[in-house]
Amino acid sequence: MWALREAAAAFRRPVLLYSIGKDSGVLLHLARKAFYPGPIPFPVMHVDTTWKFRDMITFRDQMVSEYQLELIVATNEAAVAEGVTPFSHGSQEYTRLMKTVALREALDEYGFDAAIGGSRRDEERSRAKERIFSLRMPGHRWEPRRQRPELWRSVNSELVEGQTMRVFPLSNWTELDVWRYIRREGLPVVPLYFAAERPVVVRQGQLIVVDDERMQFEPGETSQQRLVRFRSLGCYPLSAAVASSADTLDDVIAEMESSNESERAGRLIDGEGSASMESKKVEGYF
Amino acid sequence: MALAPLVRLVACGSVDDGKSTLIGRLLAGTGSVPDDQLQMARTTRRSGSTVAPGEIDYSLLTDGLESEREQGITIDVAYRHMELPSHRRLIIADAPGHEQYTRNMAVAASTADVALLLVDAERGVRTQTLRHLTICSLMGVRHAVIAVNKLDALGFDETVFEGIADTLLPAAERLGIERVDVIPVSALEGDNVLERSGRTPWYDGPTLLEILDQSEAITNGEAGLRLPVQTIVRAPGFRGVAGTIATGTVRAGDRLEVAGRSLTATVAEIVRLNASPESAEAGEAVCLRLEPDVDITRGDVLTSVDDTCHPADRFSAELVWCGDEPLAHGRSYLLVCGPLTVPAVVTAVRHRLDVESGSLEAARLLALNDVGRVDIATDAPVPLDSYERSRHTGSFLLVDRVTGDTVAAGMVRFALRRAENITRQEYVVDRDARRRIKGHPAGVVWLTGLSGAGKSTIANEAEQRLHALGVHTYLLDGDNVRFGLNKDLGFTPEDRAENVRRVAEVARLMVDAGLVVLVALVSPFRGDREAARELFEDGEFIEVFVDTPLDVCAARDPKGLYARAAAGQLPNLTGVGQDYEPPTHAELVLSGTDSADASAAAIVAAVLAE
Repeated sequence: MWALREAAAAFRRPVLLYSIGKDSGVLLHLARKAFYPGPIPFPVMHVDTTWKFRDMITFRDQMVSEYQLELIVATNEAAVAEGVTPFSHGSQEYTRLMKTVALREALDEYGFDAAIGGSRRDEERSRAKERIFSLRMPGHRWEPRRQRPELWRSVNSELVEGQTMRVFPLSNWTELDVWRYIRREGLPVVPLYFAAERPVVVRQGQLIVVDDERMQFEPGETSQQRLVRFRSLGCYPLSAAVASSADTLDDVIAEMESSNESERAGRLIDGEGSASMESKKVEGYF
Repeated sequence: MALAPLVRLVACGSVDDGKSTLIGRLLAGTGSVPDDQLQMARTTRRSGSTVAPGEIDYSLLTDGLESEREQGITIDVAYRHMELPSHRRLIIADAPGHEQYTRNMAVAASTADVALLLVDAERGVRTQTLRHLTICSLMGVRHAVIAVNKLDALGFDETVFEGIADTLLPAAERLGIERVDVIPVSALEGDNVLERSGRTPWYDGPTLLEILDQSEAITNGEAGLRLPVQTIVRAPGFRGVAGTIATGTVRAGDRLEVAGRSLTATVAEIVRLNASPESAEAGEAVCLRLEPDVDITRGDVLTSVDDTCHPADRFSAELVWCGDEPLAHGRSYLLVCGPLTVPAVVTAVRHRLDVESGSLEAARLLALNDVGRVDIATDAPVPLDSYERSRHTGSFLLVDRVTGDTVAAGMVRFALRRAENITRQEYVVDRDARRRIKGHPAGVVWLTGLSGAGKSTIANEAEQRLHALGVHTYLLDGDNVRFGLNKDLGFTPEDRAENVRRVAEVARLMVDAGLVVLVALVSPFRGDREAARELFEDGEFIEVFVDTPLDVCAARDPKGLYARAAAGQLPNLTGVGQDYEPPTHAELVLSGTDSADASAAAIVAAVLAE
């Protein structure tokens, strides 16, 4: 809440990046708390790649109407028009165009100088060094060596020409913290986090859920019903599910407490080179 | 908003000391590392690695950035989580060990409760360890755990371990670190990290994990309530002030003061979504509805009425310089303390701290990774506490107004109050003119130590020697000034502060007149002596610590004071009923058990060297 208030008070035009996932849900709830009984004093933005699970979009629209959020949907329309899909362009190029570029363009278009996101330090090793207030240079580049020292609760919010700030209020949370908070506060989450019978294709050992008719099957692949859930949600052809029977919040937390696999192991885009997250961040990925 | 209580650890040491390996082992041993990352650490090897194939290279679990991994060193602060057996969360701030990174160490230590320092037993105590202890002490860390690593390579030799402990314990005590644990470990093989080792039968203390499990979060200061206002929350018919509590507790019904603005108001309600709590504590984010709804803005500080903070516009502060460009005198920076931002100028650099020896050096500027004491002037009075009283409202950043870079982190030592209705008269004959006809420099030699330490004897001897050399001197002795100038003062901490202040002011006049002044005064409190030092120019103030063990002083008891204290007649005797705070950066430390002749000679040499 401290970081959210600081982001709202110290920057000219902040925006909260809402990815619809569990972390975003927690972030949104903290923002409501931080400014209660007033409204959340900034808009929320969803970077829509057009390949999100349908359940996610339904859920997003529910949240927007329930909490009366000012929603901005950002999509790289040019890339959509060119026919960029996760199947045609490879996951790396697709992610760059549909997420990184879409985000950068939207931030520039609206003139946002601070973007608040739900990343956590425990997600991935290169994020362990991320600041809570992370400076981006002109063009949204992240330069590890230009990051400002963070001491106490004093934030240097001075931005010179072209610089912007990314703000990560959940930096010190773990995945388990997020779930425990969701349970304590009774927050709604996308049903995909809970186990259900879903049509699944097994590809390179990963379980890919077929969410709509755009799925492209490779020779020999067929879909089969499997009891699965997601730990992390992204674009459906690029987010792998895990076999699980945890269909309630308590079961999910119990499973988490005994599991020992990193959360993003199911994100296919991270696997390409062990430092791939860092390379994406340098380009401006969240 | 934390779900589990937090303890914050700063880990100091270099890769060569085995720090990454030790942290990796702690993380893995507490189930804090996912299986896929463990698998990676089994199969990946950096060049030159000596870890056997198929074993886990624990150091790989903690290295984050690509460029660093290539260099094989950690260059920034990394934060990792670990769940302690007591179900509290430990956040480890992993700070690099190489000496150019004082800045990063300071960052990591700024919020830490406990410091973990690694010492490579094969190499023994190096200056780096003392540097880390000094920085941790400076940043307010009061509990240090010293892990003596690589004892496996020395056959777990107890004498090596004891030697290291004997060197570091007094150093830590001198720096004001209250609790120090020393543990023999092997990061590589795991001895005494998670489980007690059979190879150190001479060590019966706890394991590293046990110590961390029992460590406590420190308070952020003893000041009364400090609530820096971050933002004003508005809703139809509602206006509330919101912020995160720095120190103290707020309760519904409390009367609060807006620091420095002669405004008070009562807490009508602590407002929270789905709740309306009766009270909130340091670290909690709150929104308060006040009665009356006084005009408060971002940057104001709400305080308790009986322990408020008086704004000032001149401060003495310690700076850790982080900027690539050195400090520029007279340049206006932005001073940021939480939600408060104000232009500020560094008006004087008092000295630079040699973080390895702990000594103070004369300095005109501060450059990257330097630590030093400065005077700072703000454009408007601001409510800053001393860092000792409140970590969050006694600290600040300095920001370069052109580049926007954070160039320094600062800790307020005390406010320098300026008498507002008096103007100073300029003299035509000044101290330099007087010095010229005297033919020797002027200054003050400030002897501090317990009663009976030998201060007066040494001062007398030194004065005789200086006098014989033709130096104009004067001796201000603690007992003698209490017959006249200070006869109205007693021995409470407040009176002792005033005693020191008056003696320091008199000494200053005498130094101005061209004399070498010897002061022999218990002056037990560090803050009072520091304030005295601030009255003088660089090099004019020689602090001499007459270090005599308490039992020796009590045995000497030249004035019968210890006997009277033992009989319960002297409640405030230093060392018995009151603490003595030894200097951390004295120019000269004399052993009170040496001869007065030798001590006096050392003082004369120090005076002549100035």
